[in-house]
Amino acid sequence: MKRRKIKVGIIGTGNIGSDLLAKVVRSDVLECGIFAGHNRASKGLLRAREMGVPTTYESIRYIEENPDCCEIVFDATSARVHQYNAPILKRLGKYTIDLTPAHVGGFCVPQVNLEEAMKWDNVNCITCGGQATIPIAKALNDTAMVKYLEIVATIASKSAGPGTRENIDEFTQTTKEALVEIGGIKNAKAIIVLNPAEPPITMRNTVYALIEKPDMDAIRAAVSMAANEIKKYVPGYRIILQPVYENGRVTTSVEVTGSGDFLPEYAGNLDIITCAALEIAESKARRWLA
Amino acid sequence: MAGISRIRFFDATLRDGSHAVKHQLSKELIASYCEAMDDAGMYTIIVGHGNGLGASSLQVGVSALSDSEMLKTAREHLNRTRLGVYMIPGFGTIRDNLDPALEMGVELFKIGCHCTEANVTRQHIEYISSAGKEVYGVLMNCHMASVDRLLEEAQKMQSYGAHGIILMDSAGSSTPQMVKKLVSTLVDHLYVLVGFHPHNNMGLAVANAYAAVQEGARIIDGTMRGFGAGAGNVQLEALSALLLKEGYELNQNLYQMMDVSEQIVKPIMPEDRALSDVSIISGMAGVFSSFKTQVLAAAAEFHVDPRDIFKELGRRKVVGGQEDMVVMVAEQLAHPVNADTESYLLESLT
Repeated sequence: MKRRKIKVGIIGTGNIGSDLLAKVVRSDVLECGIFAGHNRASKGLLRAREMGVPTTYESIRYIEENPDCCEIVFDATSARVHQYNAPILKRLGKYTIDLTPAHVGGFCVPQVNLEEAMKWDNVNCITCGGQATIPIAKALNDTAMVKYLEIVATIASKSAGPGTRENIDEFTQTTKEALVEIGGIKNAKAIIVLNPAEPPITMRNTVYALIEKPDMDAIRAAVSMAANEIKKYVPGYRIILQPVYENGRVTTSVEVTGSGDFLPEYAGNLDIITCAALEIAESKARRWLA
Repeated sequence: MAGISRIRFFDATLRDGSHAVKHQLSKELIASYCEAMDDAGMYTIIVGHGNGLGASSLQVGVSALSDSEMLKTAREHLNRTRLGVYMIPGFGTIRDNLDPALEMGVELFKIGCHCTEANVTRQHIEYISSAGKEVYGVLMNCHMASVDRLLEEAQKMQSYGAHGIILMDSAGSSTPQMVKKLVSTLVDHLYVLVGFHPHNNMGLAVANAYAAVQEGARIIDGTMRGFGAGAGNVQLEALSALLLKEGYELNQNLYQMMDVSEQIVKPIMPEDRALSDVSIISGMAGVFSSFKTQVLAAAAEFHVDPRDIFKELGRRKVVGGQEDMVVMVAEQLAHPVNADTESYLLESLT
């Protein structure tokens, strides 16, 4: 007999929604109940139909009218649209995983607080930059007295769709707030850079921390442990500059290579947030199925 | 030159000049400069960190003064000239930076991005425009895109409500021919003002500003004495003298500019204005002038030649805000065997 899978809905058919769909299709505990957009002519919808996935261009309305189509909903629209969708999904009792920087629900980075997120009804995945750097920030903060911490996320222009671009303000603000809230950093800053170089650059993140007399061995150990934990659900995550103490600051850089599901491998920014969302959804589904 | 509206000078001395002193401008300097320049005929005086509001950071340099301390000081000493700020989305946000600036009485905003990414400025241009303030779009590193692409990006900013589009030759690597083609195309196709912000890496800042004016640019964004990032900016005193000689009528008072330049700006400038080797190399490599501080620090830390760092950064096509690449490139130049050799070679070959 075929094992039961938990049905998910994906709202948003852009880069993030399409990448997520490719991952859901491969999941052994999830299946896509509905792939929902708002534009009949969207390329993402067409592609999903060709894959044999149920689709709609009625966006959230379809889920309202057909509430049995899914138990978990991924929202990959935009911060503004999620503000509208969130109360509807709450009323419908859907476990909601928000991939926009709307910050309606609590922040979750699976490596940091997956257990907590299992208890919420709306989980916010922060941003790609947040997913990539908060574990490093937390590792530094758990190991040393961090007086100030700053992250710089650089992503290829081609991998930033219209949603990301129109949300750059929320993106920057939300990443900073999550560094404070779940990274435990009191004094934090986030910087986001888009680079249009051809061929596109791989997503790269740098974490700077002001730490007095840092114990670099302890720091390197903590950072590499965090990186290994992230690697379990984001295969393309790797440290490219081990923590170094230079010019009075501890500097670490990580690169995220994508799995090439939807956009090519340079778009690690897509993978890191969709992998995180998938990890959250699969954990929830496994609990329900157990 | 009757019939042509007068050139607006956007005075970036207290903004781009911040780069030249590692963002350590003092309150006294801001106060005395604003007071002395208030009636010199500048269209606006832009104040702040070299990379704009919210940019004080380990990535691009920590300011001695907070944004609000700088703006408050300038506000107290400007009565006739508009107080302006610069902001790059991704560094600053509406809540943390634009709202406080509006509250402090900033009158003019420049919102900038890398020249191919205009749509990241939409939220901010629209926000300032709806707040009823003057707002300009800035396309940085304009040597890194084609004229057609720059026009497309400028048109986006125009559609968001920008009152003008300023092209920044951030690495000082444009030639007068390039500037002419670019500015004339934008002037022909935009209904808003076109501005130009030159840098002097190859000694062409005044020539490029003049070329821009000849093609119809109505805003020149420059500094007193050329005080600014890397090799510095277009020296507005020299440009003014050239424009006067060529028959343009100016609002700006040349002698006053020269006196302020001599008495207030010269004493705080850290070095002579001869083109230094790293500035020339950064222009040649097409790397944003403001990387100079980080490159020199990393070169000293890792014992590598700063010129090699610049050349490598140029090969990797870095854009403004990517200063974190400096440490990694320096580290890899210092320890080539420690680097991930395979991917490094692949990247270098592309």
